Amino acid sequence: MDITRLTHLDDYEWVIERSGAMRVNGIIYADEPLIRAMDDKVFEQVVNVATLPGIVTGSFGMPDAHWGYGFPIGGVAAFDPDEGGIVSAGGVGFDISCGVRLLTTGIDSHAIKSIQKELADSLFADIPAGVGSKGTITLDHDEMDAMLAGGARWAVDRGWGEPRDLDRTEEHGTMAGAVPDHVSERAKHRQRREMGTLGSGNHYLEVQEVMEVFDIETARAFGLNLGDAVVSIHCGSRGLGHQIGTEFLREMAVGAETYGIKLPDRELACAPINSELGQRYLGAMRAGINCALANRQIITDLTRAVFARQLPQARLEVLFDVSHNTCKVEEHEVGGRARRLFVHRKGATRAFGPGHRDLPETLKHVGQPVIIGGSMGTASYVLVGTEESERLAFSSACHGAGRAMSRHQAKKRWRGRALVDELAERGILVRGASDRGVAEEAPGAYKDVTAVVDTADQAGLARKVATLAPLVCIKG
Amino acid sequence: MQIMTTDAEANGVAGADPPGRWEHFDHGADIGIRGIGPTKAAAFVQAARAMTAVVTDLKTVRAIEPVEARCEAPDDVLLLIDFLNVLVYEMAARSMLFAQFELDFEDGRLSATAWGEVVDRRRHRPVVEVKGATLTTGAVEFRDGHWIAQCVVDV
Repeated sequence: MDITRLTHLDDYEWVIERSGAMRVNGIIYADEPLIRAMDDKVFEQVVNVATLPGIVTGSFGMPDAHWGYGFPIGGVAAFDPDEGGIVSAGGVGFDISCGVRLLTTGIDSHAIKSIQKELADSLFADIPAGVGSKGTITLDHDEMDAMLAGGARWAVDRGWGEPRDLDRTEEHGTMAGAVPDHVSERAKHRQRREMGTLGSGNHYLEVQEVMEVFDIETARAFGLNLGDAVVSIHCGSRGLGHQIGTEFLREMAVGAETYGIKLPDRELACAPINSELGQRYLGAMRAGINCALANRQIITDLTRAVFARQLPQARLEVLFDVSHNTCKVEEHEVGGRARRLFVHRKGATRAFGPGHRDLPETLKHVGQPVIIGGSMGTASYVLVGTEESERLAFSSACHGAGRAMSRHQAKKRWRGRALVDELAERGILVRGASDRGVAEEAPGAYKDVTAVVDTADQAGLARKVATLAPLVCIKG
Repeated sequence: MQIMTTDAEANGVAGADPPGRWEHFDHGADIGIRGIGPTKAAAFVQAARAMTAVVTDLKTVRAIEPVEARCEAPDDVLLLIDFLNVLVYEMAARSMLFAQFELDFEDGRLSATAWGEVVDRRRHRPVVEVKGATLTTGAVEFRDGHWIAQCVVDV
């Protein structure tokens, strides 16, 4: 990105001054190397979002921002329904509520290393991953609607997990306001056999080791100790979310003009929150969030079953479950008064600071765990929400490394088999359905997640707590 | 980011293959697909083939089972996106991959038959699933003597 077009406010905050049709400034959090490396498309997309009706305070880019659909990936924007604010299917994306769930195991990583191969093979055998894989669960019409209304709570009620898991899931496991009737039959049909499946692309299940602790007190509050084994699950709302995104994106792209909305880019497809289409999308999108929460809950249960066989001394507990493609109604203080806003986070993680009313009692004194996934050969991070983040970007942080290289370039540069062997030599066992798929997800194809996380920490969006190093990676 | 064509990835016409060719192009997180042909219909067919090639090697897919697709849209780009998204849906719902296509246009309406087969994970070694065809870089145009149909697919 050409930084001469930006105002450098401080070491980590860059401003695109309001001009033309922009209603607010654009604000990007990044250090200088990260912002220089960012695509010019990020600039363009941050500006485009700033033109949307009802936007409040700013159009934000997180340190991992990259070229997305309409909104940049790593984009955050809040809209006020009382000022003509919009909800955007493009601002949520195709993989509604894609997110990461982190499980503690209560065992040391040495115990994993002694049976690492057997554990990798069992997880790969028992957790459906990749194209063409189907779960063992088939939902009929009534159960589909119950799942879409109930989310992770539905899954726990059906025996996939424990009630205590819900307290450590955003929305306490159920996104309120979901309307299953607003989800098309095609979307439901697409999901019928996909519950409890990881999907493909950058989705994964990893067994990891707590490699470094930056904040001992917070780590302890999260149940993390140096050398502990943990499990990360990264996936979303599967075919149902993709179909909801596809259908509403089209309807909003065609319909925006009827609401008097001039879109600078059709991918910004949106409708007023206070419109029939806006409300219909919100009902369907919230059902998509519940689908993702239920999916990660079922995969948690499948993971527990594998550990119960292989490492019966382990006790898998949900540390937290975060979503990073959402639009949620939240109360934020703007201009000295509390306002009810529709906050879009597209490839960005909610990061509530200590004391926030929506946090579970057990986490209220420390703040929300913010889980940042790396790529299969690199570290992931646990951060914690800060009080400052509310002022900086409606309590939001980054969500991952972001790609540095396209899939196309990656598959030309790496060979999947060689990559798997190389990682195995470094103690990381990868199991994937496709060698080409592994090559496209090569660690070198991603930006340096450490630089992204350090910037989020130094900018005050969230604070670093611990680093997680991969031991086993199940790829879709 | 500059859109680049990548000839190394292009799949030339051979034997009974339909007229035209397809190619992939770079997009930050996802993949651009482009169909090029002597007619608009040929470009659409090649774009559909390019989409299958995102998932697997086209040569491994047998054209056994037909699936019908119909769509209607106010402009050509939306028609392309709708067509590809019907295929994405059928790929997911039927667990199929498609290799051959017949396609007709009439008054902004498209009717197509896609032939393919159920995914065989061992033989097809599917790389990634397509979540949806997007409007990003979407274009249907006559350029330098050829029809081009392109967009980015989210994977």
